[in-house]
Amino acid sequence: MTDTTPTAVVGAAAVDLSAVEQRTIASTGNLFVAEAFRQIDPDAVCAYPITPQTTIVEEFAKFVANGRVHTEYVTVESEHSAMSATIGASAAGGRAFTVTSSQGLALMWEELHIASGLRLPIVMINANRAISAPINIHGDHSDVMGARDSGWIILMAENAQEAYDNTIIATRVAEAARLPVMPTLDGFITTHSIARGQVADDATVKAFVGEYVPDDSLLRSTSPVMVGAFANLGPTYMKVKKAERDAIDASLPIIGEVGAQWASVIGRDYGHVESYGVDDADLVVVIMGSAAGNVRAVVRRLREQGQRVGVVKVRTYRPFPAADLAAAVSGARAIAVLDRAESFGAPAGPLALDTLAALYGAGIQVPVRSYLYGLGGADVRLDLVEQVYADLADVADDGDGLLNPTPRYLGIR
Amino acid sequence: MATIKELSRTRDRLVGGHRLCAGCGASIAVRQVMLGAGADTEVVTACATGCLEVSTTIYPYSSWDTPFIHNAFENAAATISGVEASFKGLQRAGKIDPERKLKFVAFGGDGGTYDIGLQSLSGAMERGHNIVYVCYDNGAYMNTGIQRSSATPRGSWATTSEVGSVQPGKPQRRKDLTAIMAAHHIPYAAQASIGYWQDLVRKAEKAFAVEGPAFLNVFAPCPRGWRCDGAQTTAIARLAVETAFWPVFEVEDGVWRLTTPARAREPRPVAEFLKTQGRFKHLFRPENAELLEEIQRDVDEYYAGLKRLAGEE
Repeated sequence: MTDTTPTAVVGAAAVDLSAVEQRTIASTGNLFVAEAFRQIDPDAVCAYPITPQTTIVEEFAKFVANGRVHTEYVTVESEHSAMSATIGASAAGGRAFTVTSSQGLALMWEELHIASGLRLPIVMINANRAISAPINIHGDHSDVMGARDSGWIILMAENAQEAYDNTIIATRVAEAARLPVMPTLDGFITTHSIARGQVADDATVKAFVGEYVPDDSLLRSTSPVMVGAFANLGPTYMKVKKAERDAIDASLPIIGEVGAQWASVIGRDYGHVESYGVDDADLVVVIMGSAAGNVRAVVRRLREQGQRVGVVKVRTYRPFPAADLAAAVSGARAIAVLDRAESFGAPAGPLALDTLAALYGAGIQVPVRSYLYGLGGADVRLDLVEQVYADLADVADDGDGLLNPTPRYLGIR
Repeated sequence: MATIKELSRTRDRLVGGHRLCAGCGASIAVRQVMLGAGADTEVVTACATGCLEVSTTIYPYSSWDTPFIHNAFENAAATISGVEASFKGLQRAGKIDPERKLKFVAFGGDGGTYDIGLQSLSGAMERGHNIVYVCYDNGAYMNTGIQRSSATPRGSWATTSEVGSVQPGKPQRRKDLTAIMAAHHIPYAAQASIGYWQDLVRKAEKAFAVEGPAFLNVFAPCPRGWRCDGAQTTAIARLAVETAFWPVFEVEDGVWRLTTPARAREPRPVAEFLKTQGRFKHLFRPENAELLEEIQRDVDEYYAGLKRLAGEE
């Protein structure tokens, strides 16, 4: 049987559902991602090593050395060149991927904007890691937040399975939205821990991502294309930026649709937000990434004790699924937003600011508390999460303002 | 190689209508280099941010009769390497005819090449991509207003190496980029001048013909930045060669060869070149006589070194 269900925003995936086979494996998050890379078999991968992403480029090098991919593998001399070459490769009409983390993502900053401004469907995995100084190789979201406003679609994985699924989903989303996509996974916690998960068979993945046929290419010999023109006069620049805004806004249903298609193939749901225990919850935590599991464990325990608590995990971070998030937390009496990245000097953490805007837009006025946790891989102990719910209970009872004056650091005085 | 009559009938890859200054050496460099690609060769062009890029790609116009990509300032080499890699990957995947031949060329000024783009260029050369990288060297950041680069000659005025009561222009010698590129053991590296078009077109032909990376460092006067007459661009570019201020040579598979034109075998005094440009005007004041002599010694020493490398001494 071939799934030919017509869809609203993207074409159907040409997957033979009767032939889908999934293997359950135990592997690190990075190796799950590398496996997805092998199955997608991009035309070019231009990458540079950086902890904790390195085992992806190492594993991919083995695929290249053994002829298991047709990819031209360009081992560049910096992350700046990694993104520069990936941009060239994508503009040439190839499916072009890369991988980075932390300082590498920071070094790419100008190129991130160029990739999205040129509307190139690049997929880049980011292994989320702290930003210097002080230097620290462990997981947090400081690096991602530096890319937040760069016009990339950003998908946040909680675990290896989501990192694998998001890599495949990202390929179709990028090409349908004509925007670069950054699926991320948390450094070490997800990149290096061995986890159980399922991997689809090669034919299913290949059929799902399909063949990339670019609208334009530098390699098209008839009617030469110009990429990266000088838009210095008149309103051209602003028109291009407006088109980018329209494109990333329009990508939200694309992500949802492609996620739903992948879910129909492998039986795992993809939602922009994932809720646990929120239906009757008074106290809700909003979080992204690997620590969502810690919060879920606490929620399970507290609910067993009869407390009405819940957690909402944000999977699609850009574009921000404001309506989905607002709907998920609409019954809460108090909300805590846990951020794994600073926005120094801002009234709250980055995810907290997005949450506040979502609530405001939905006309929801409940107390929100902004917390910082797990910076530089600091432990996210369950007792710290319990403390958050205890705080929220007080906030829900006493009010004492809609927003705390400055984010509270969990586990640090 | 083709005669000038034949070349005059060869199509230009950079066509008229662009906004470069009258007498700009960069556009001459591009047109001469592109003649070396051959009329029937498919070429994809990348360009670093700079005068050449901003003046030839003003949206919605383009002066490039090739597919063209501009990415940023420091990464034309990395960008074109990605284009070339994609071509190889697509050929391997069977999505592009494996017999199809394409050439990939990148242009950058000296700022985008000697300075901010050096790492990207070095990486691309070391990786062995089948690309031609061309530096049009006018010895300063002209697009931003004549600031000094590591290609700016010693003693030259620039807006960030000013001539004042205690400093006679740029104190340092320029970097020997062509030698740095040759040290990458690429199949072909050469230095040329737009003033000797036969030499330059021949070198461009070689650069496009090799399999693997090739580098051309092309001397391209900037009348605006050099404070010289735009009608004298090619004459000054010839003088640079004839005074050995800018010797022309090539390094082919590791073999160094001077391609000095016969009339420049015995270099003329470097002052003849320097005095054509306002950027060196202060060097002719009495208090800078010693510096002028030192510049002559620098030129002599460098040229003697090149001769040794080329086995001419």
